[in-house]
Amino acid sequence: MKEIAIWWIGASGVAVDLLEVVQRRVAGEFGLPVGAHLSAERPEGSLDPRRRQHSSTKILHWLAEHRPAGADRVLAITDADLFIPILTFVFGEAHLKGRAAVVSTARLAGDGLMLPDPARFRARVVTECVHELGHTFGLLHCQSTRCAMARSPGLREVDAKNETLCPACRERYLELATENGENDEQEKHPHSGRR
Amino acid sequence: MSKKNTHILVVDDEEIVRESLSGWLEKDGYTLASAPDGPSALKELEAGTWSIILCDLKMPGMDGLEVLDRARKLHPEIAVVIMTAFATVDTAVNAMKLGAFDYLVKPFDPEELSLMIQKIVSQQSLVRENTILRKALRRDYRFRDLVSKSPAMQAVFDLARTAARSPSTILVLGESGTGKELMARAIHAESPRHERPFVEVSCAALTETLLESELFGYEKGAFTGAAARREGKFEAANEGTLFLDEIGDISPKLQMDLLRVLEERKVTRVGGTELVPVDVRIIAATNRDLKKAVQEERFRQDLYYRLNVITITLPPLRDRREDIPILVDHFLETLGVEMKRDAEGVSAEAMALLLAHDWPGNVRELRNVLERGIVVAKEPILQVSDLGLSLSSGPHAPAPAHPASLAEIEKQYIASVLQQTDGNVTHAARILDIDRVTLYSKIRKYGLRKVEGEAAGES
Ligand SMILES: Nc1ncnc2c1ncn2[C@@H]1O[C@H](COP(=O)(O)OP(=O)(O)O)[C@@H](O)[C@H]1O
Ligand SMILES: [Zn+2]
Ligand SMILES: [Zn+2]
Repeated sequence: MKEIAIWWIGASGVAVDLLEVVQRRVAGEFGLPVGAHLSAERPEGSLDPRRRQHSSTKILHWLAEHRPAGADRVLAITDADLFIPILTFVFGEAHLKGRAAVVSTARLAGDGLMLPDPARFRARVVTECVHELGHTFGLLHCQSTRCAMARSPGLREVDAKNETLCPACRERYLELATENGENDEQEKHPHSGRR
Repeated sequence: MSKKNTHILVVDDEEIVRESLSGWLEKDGYTLASAPDGPSALKELEAGTWSIILCDLKMPGMDGLEVLDRARKLHPEIAVVIMTAFATVDTAVNAMKLGAFDYLVKPFDPEELSLMIQKIVSQQSLVRENTILRKALRRDYRFRDLVSKSPAMQAVFDLARTAARSPSTILVLGESGTGKELMARAIHAESPRHERPFVEVSCAALTETLLESELFGYEKGAFTGAAARREGKFEAANEGTLFLDEIGDISPKLQMDLLRVLEERKVTRVGGTELVPVDVRIIAATNRDLKKAVQEERFRQDLYYRLNVITITLPPLRDRREDIPILVDHFLETLGVEMKRDAEGVSAEAMALLLAHDWPGNVRELRNVLERGIVVAKEPILQVSDLGLSLSSGPHAPAPAHPASLAEIEKQYIASVLQQTDGNVTHAARILDIDRVTLYSKIRKYGLRKVEGEAAGES
């Protein structure tokens, strides 16, 4: 059975109600069972001391190796600020057609001056979780600014999005899921879909 | 061109950079590959077709600038972006000189990266076969940067080629905008002095005293503010060429000074007594009727004879209309590259209009019309409405029915940018370099509807 594991890998205590919302919404969106993985283990070696941010790419490598048994995919959520070397920050990253995705709540809370209302914050987290998981299923960025798969370079764009896939992406997801089911055995390595 | 067909090569010695950058762009739908160093990047370049290279500056062995240089030589149509962790003005300047599309300092904003790639993709003008063909045809119609196929200009080119090799003073005559300066530069480039300086002085732009010290230099203390000795343009042009533009405008006193220099080949700095020998080839130009000025005693006859050893007269554009098509091609290509816009040609109606126009401002005016056309055009083929010329021209033409107002130009430009950004106001505002609120109010003012996928405007 294909299952998605959600794993809180943040430094602070786990925000149970947030994880519950994500769990419910993600399960609904992708039509797959989603389980919470309650482990105290945390990624190592991802902190860049100079930037005081965590490398999302390194976290993805670690996650792919430490994927909970029985889970097909792992979605990690963290309160750490994430980056990739070339960019100032990222809200999250995922292996395209891979097994691992990570989303950071650090910048979704706002610009540090004003906290958004909790409902908006949760909506942002759910949207970005759907987005990154979408990538692991092979979805690319969507031109529709309302779709969860739209590129999200900033909070403004995140807020413009719905928490769901647009009809076109939904259709593409179902297509890819069928293809994937057939090729299941070849998809063991998260990098097999990449060049 | 579809995103999938946009092939991007990431060159960086750090694996994590290659992986994360490729991963990021892959999700935008582009096709990615990466190379860990210069030599393997060049191998990739030879093996495939690439649209964009993102290349790190500092790499062991072959650095980014060398990759850039080699890549540009192999495939000039590829857009190369140099990335670096440290911004130094020198390397940035070098990168741009070597033809980099842009220069990025790590780390940069996610939005910046996506926008830049989008910009490259939408602006990248592929080298089309017909451009190559056009180039081959045109080689015979060139004298350096001047293009022309009219018999009158061909004769001028022949004369200029011969004159270039002689050390004689040359007088270039012609209306404003006919290419006098370009001709002077071409002569210098063709002359045995081409490795020495080409120095230009516009005689009309300065007052008599300023022009005097500009030409001859001055000694320390020659006047208040002369804190140190300064050499003049004659000395600066030593062993090279001095181009005296708008010579018809100089004062009687300077006419005399100039005459003396031409006779003696020595200059005296302002406030000085020393005679400094100079070895300078003079090219003078004017759009005035010098002969008439001599008759009216506004210009010294002896100076006129000194300058008028070889005269090259550039005919006005309206007397050589057969040059218009080749000039249009030439400007669309060079301006297209300069402005990073795809400019392929003009419609048949637009060409007819260009051929009929009277061109009081000559080639410069033609260039300006096309430059403006490229700005407002929505497509690579310029239309009549893009040119902003009245439909009939010439001295007897009625006043144009719809002169393109600034507002009209602005409206069309905004509409074209909105179209380019698929109606995305944020991105359009960036390209237009105005804030979104301003853009929204302009969209409302011009009645441009913001439609997803296509920008509207009823023009
Ligand atoms: N024959 C030509 N081929 C290409 N460009 C030309 C030609 N003649 C003029 N130009 C261009 O027209 C503009 C005006 O030329 P310029 O030499 O400055 O004219 P002038 O000396 O009359 O002021 C310049 O941009 C120049 O590059
Ligand atoms: Zn994404
Ligand atoms: Zn979508």
